[in-house]
Amino acid sequence: MAYIAGIYEHPTRKADGKSLALLHAEVAKGAIEDAGLSKDDVDAYFCAGDVAGWDARGTGPFSIIDYLGLKLRYLDSTESWGSSYLVHVAHAAEAIAAGKCHVALITLAGRPRADGFSTGTAVATDGLSAPEAQFELPYAPTVVNTYAMCAMRHMHEYGTTSEHLAWIKVAASHHAQHNPHAMLRDVVTVEDVVNSPLIADPLHRLDCCVISDGGGALIVTGPEIAKSLKHPPVKVIGAGYAPKHQMGGKIDLTFSGARWSGPQAFAEAQVTPDDIRYASIYDSFTITVLITLEDLGFCEKGKGGAFVADGNLISGVGKLPFNTDGGGLCNNHPSNRGGMTKIIEAVRQLRGEAHPKVQVANCGLALVHGTGGALGTRHGSATLILERE
Amino acid sequence: MAQERKIIAPLPFPETTPYWEAAAQGKLLLKRCAGCGAYHFYPRVLCPFCFNEQTEWREASGTGTIYSFSIMRRAEVPYAIAYVTLTEGPTMMSNIVDCDLDAIRIGQPVRLVFKPAENGQQVAMFTLA
Repeated sequence: MAYIAGIYEHPTRKADGKSLALLHAEVAKGAIEDAGLSKDDVDAYFCAGDVAGWDARGTGPFSIIDYLGLKLRYLDSTESWGSSYLVHVAHAAEAIAAGKCHVALITLAGRPRADGFSTGTAVATDGLSAPEAQFELPYAPTVVNTYAMCAMRHMHEYGTTSEHLAWIKVAASHHAQHNPHAMLRDVVTVEDVVNSPLIADPLHRLDCCVISDGGGALIVTGPEIAKSLKHPPVKVIGAGYAPKHQMGGKIDLTFSGARWSGPQAFAEAQVTPDDIRYASIYDSFTITVLITLEDLGFCEKGKGGAFVADGNLISGVGKLPFNTDGGGLCNNHPSNRGGMTKIIEAVRQLRGEAHPKVQVANCGLALVHGTGGALGTRHGSATLILERE
Repeated sequence: MAQERKIIAPLPFPETTPYWEAAAQGKLLLKRCAGCGAYHFYPRVLCPFCFNEQTEWREASGTGTIYSFSIMRRAEVPYAIAYVTLTEGPTMMSNIVDCDLDAIRIGQPVRLVFKPAENGQQVAMFTLA
């Protein structure tokens, strides 16, 4: 078993004047220092497609390894978009257990905002080697309208409403007001959300996450090192992974890969959803959270709307405090990949280091879920269960 | 009513050219597996259900129902993206065109139409039946 021994979240939300490579270096240094280790202790590195140099012909992750000056005996560049970093934690735990390495560094960084991206509403026209591209691009799929089709179908089958979805944003905003780094710190109401402009029916502007720069990093170690360090050890006790796709045309937009990754993680951890005190749930859009909570078993399929309503996700108010940093909906979504910051806030909760206004009392067991890619087409779902020892 | 949106030209693969040649003739082709008998979408050479390579092109009836949709409001020309469940079984991504976008509902029957992409290639879309 392995432990998350170091965390760091970059404070920037707009990184003008800093390169992508520098952001990776800054978060790496931050996590190593948080753990109380030094760079020379790192013998394993985990990264995904957000690293500087990924697109450089023939170099891939080696550019960033070179830049950071790492001396490694283990490398894993598993790419699963926003859920990559959860997969990295699981892979690091396996590699450490197998004796392949001792101290794993995982980094994420991005500067889409400084680069002027409008990721959600534009059609991505690269990736033409993807076999589905010719059968999808003519129809102008975007990030937001493919998620919107999931919401539309969920509403049709289960009577979910825009007001239900709005409660997810309301809860995130209640948490974000206490985070000085959050992009959106104003508390919003259900009315604010449903009265914000429609971007792609039925999703409004306030159903969508922010676009932000920044990043984060983790240090994963084995028990001996973790227990010798200053922070309360946070143990990885369960992990699950599952990609979901269009299944040859047998499309069902009402569930996510969490239906498969969740049970794997719960079985390994030998706990149930009722045991979880805090959940970090990937929140690219409000609908992502609602479908994920159902799939993970926090409520019955189709009952997500009632589950999230009336502040049930607000710390100190509801039954399942979620995304107490404000999440992607209010805090940040660096590189358009939210998995890293989800892990970081869960570790803060387990250490008792979350903001006092949102800290869950006696938080001993937390769940983290990442959804990478697009809910309405193809995505990778990753679930981690973490325990304070 | 008018929805003149620039349609991105598809980039066919060698093995999908029959699909696009048929589209140019106003026909929607599907792949059906001779091994397991199932239709799939989008078309592959190897059946995604049983990996049999004996897949055959079949002309679709061109009818179906709307599985889900969304009106993209934040676009130069608002448009409706949809998943349409074909009478033959598979669900495909498409657009709903030539209709009042606000009249679109899940479950409505639709019929096949074609619209030209930027390069003139005809692309299968649907309108309310």
